[in-house]
Amino acid sequence: MTSRYARTAFAALALACGATAGTAQTTDKLKVGLMLPFSGTFSALGVAIENGFRLHVAEQGGKLAGREIEFFKVDDESDPAKATDNVNKLIKRDGVDVIVGTVHSGVATAMARAAKQSGTLLIVPNAGADAVTGALCAQNIFRSSFSNWQSSYGMGTVAAKQEKKKTAVTITWKYAAGDEMTEAFKEGFEKEGGKVVKQLTVPFPNVEFQALLTEIAATKPDVVFAFFAGGGAVKFVKDYAAAGLNKVTPLYGSGFLTDGTLEAQGDAAQGLLTTLHYADGLNTPRDNAFRTAYAKSFKLQPDVYAVQGYDAAQILATGLKAVKGDIAKKADFAAAVQKATIDSPRGPFTMSRAHNPVQDIYLRKVDGKENKVVGVAAKALADPARGCKL
Amino acid sequence: MDIGTFLVQCLNSVQYGLLLFLVASGLTLIFGIMGVINLAHGSFYMIGAYMAFALSPLFGDQFLVMLLAGIALAAVLGYLLEWAFFSYLYQRDHLQQVLMTYGLILVFEELRSLLVGNDVHGVKAPAWLDGSFALGELMSYPWYRLFASAACIVLAVGLYWVVNRTRLGMMVRAGASNRDMVRGLGIDIRRLYRIVFAAGVALAALAGMIAAPMSSVYPNMGASVLIICFVVVVIGGIGSITGALVASLLVGFVDTFGKVFFAEISGMGVYLLMAGILIWRPEGLMGRKA
Repeated sequence: MTSRYARTAFAALALACGATAGTAQTTDKLKVGLMLPFSGTFSALGVAIENGFRLHVAEQGGKLAGREIEFFKVDDESDPAKATDNVNKLIKRDGVDVIVGTVHSGVATAMARAAKQSGTLLIVPNAGADAVTGALCAQNIFRSSFSNWQSSYGMGTVAAKQEKKKTAVTITWKYAAGDEMTEAFKEGFEKEGGKVVKQLTVPFPNVEFQALLTEIAATKPDVVFAFFAGGGAVKFVKDYAAAGLNKVTPLYGSGFLTDGTLEAQGDAAQGLLTTLHYADGLNTPRDNAFRTAYAKSFKLQPDVYAVQGYDAAQILATGLKAVKGDIAKKADFAAAVQKATIDSPRGPFTMSRAHNPVQDIYLRKVDGKENKVVGVAAKALADPARGCKL
Repeated sequence: MDIGTFLVQCLNSVQYGLLLFLVASGLTLIFGIMGVINLAHGSFYMIGAYMAFALSPLFGDQFLVMLLAGIALAAVLGYLLEWAFFSYLYQRDHLQQVLMTYGLILVFEELRSLLVGNDVHGVKAPAWLDGSFALGELMSYPWYRLFASAACIVLAVGLYWVVNRTRLGMMVRAGASNRDMVRGLGIDIRRLYRIVFAAGVALAALAGMIAAPMSSVYPNMGASVLIICFVVVVIGGIGSITGALVASLLVGFVDTFGKVFFAEISGMGVYLLMAGILIWRPEGLMGRKA
């Protein structure tokens, strides 16, 4: 009996091996270059993105479209000055097939340029710089996260239409992402009849806000819109409350103002309204499954960055399946991704002509230590992709 | 801008200016007396801020005790640094001093990165300085900022008194004009320098500790304060404490009001001020003609 089982098993195994050998289109590994911040202020974000990416690959049995994945990692240090050198390490030295990166908009812009020139596939899992899927858009460049425009435009329309605010002051760091976010808020707010009366900025990464808070108090707008992230977001929200402004003028923001920062902001952040393409407590089966799997694999709660990393892998898998693992067929890859609906934990989304997600932007309210969904600020919002000629 | 807003912005300006003075006074003392261009001075400010971050959980609401402990630690550090590095720099030319102290910045930043990492940290103000008081109906002003201003005023007055009214101050001033004469009078000039250097380090670190609850603690915070302090020292006149005080307040006002009225170019304001003053008085406001 035992020997017969063994023989059957061997036969099956042999068949399986033959089958694999016969159908494998490309036997060598797919080289994936991860260019992410693994040190510095954004290191936690880089780790979350990598975890998310690896989670999806693991769920597919360690292979995407039948190809095993080999990872190459470069720490980009969130330093735009080193961006071109770093990305060339992956493209020229390691000869990767795909680059996944990064968080900092300035670094991502340089990566997009290099990818455009070399034709290497690039998937951006965070940086919102409008240009990546705007003026720099290309057949081989994709984004799994958001554009800065997308994350703030919806807040503008909600502020004017739903919350009936007439005048607003914006405040942010004086750098590309800050400008793009506050301009997008202004666009949405003024389109619905509001008026942005003042746009305040502080040099990046300065966090001394006192003079500007005094100015806000004197201007007395109906609402303040802020973009800050990380430590700056913690400081701003706390200073805003300490100046007593939260009792007079509500503070709205793009989601980064309260994402991953609520622990440190404490009471000062309670009740803040923000917009982002992800939120806590979405409570969909898809998101719950993702959250459970992520928590199990990494002993950590996932955040928006983990979702974006996960979806970068999903986008890669979608395109790769369509070209049967042959990454050289760029046009087919792009066509397949553009046609697909990505089943993301944030909710299903499609890819725009410029390869940016067309997605729901959630309106969230801070409740305890969560950014709870209270509505949808913009349904299936597509980035205008200004300057893109695809 | 109504009068209330104007007054609050003046408070903001004075508070920022006084804090700058604490850092700049040490910088200008060390340059004026020992002739050392100390690029690492901003690092002492950063070290102070990180000390506040590390010490505040231990001291809790004993904020003043923490400041004293921090001053003591910083003074010891300054004393040791003078003994180990800076005492060799007095006879060197300025280029060598700049290279050496720039190297020290890199060392301090690397140590900081190893010891506490590269994250941005907040420091809690003590509970007894928590909250703010209402300024009319305009806004409320945090108690902590008033405390910071008061502390800086006390120090500024104390510093002025020490330099101009005490024997130690007399030796310091004499040492600045003619070190050979001072040595000839039987004064241990090496020890004098060591004391001045330690005091300069302690002042910068104290400014960092006071600033920590207001402006967070982050990598490279030393570099940004160093640049602005050089502007202060140049405007005020190299080596002059009074000049540093006037210049700090000027820079405080220009920076604060610039941020509000000329947000787009606010980064340039203090440099325009510096350029204007240098055209008018190349030696700085209180500087002696070379």
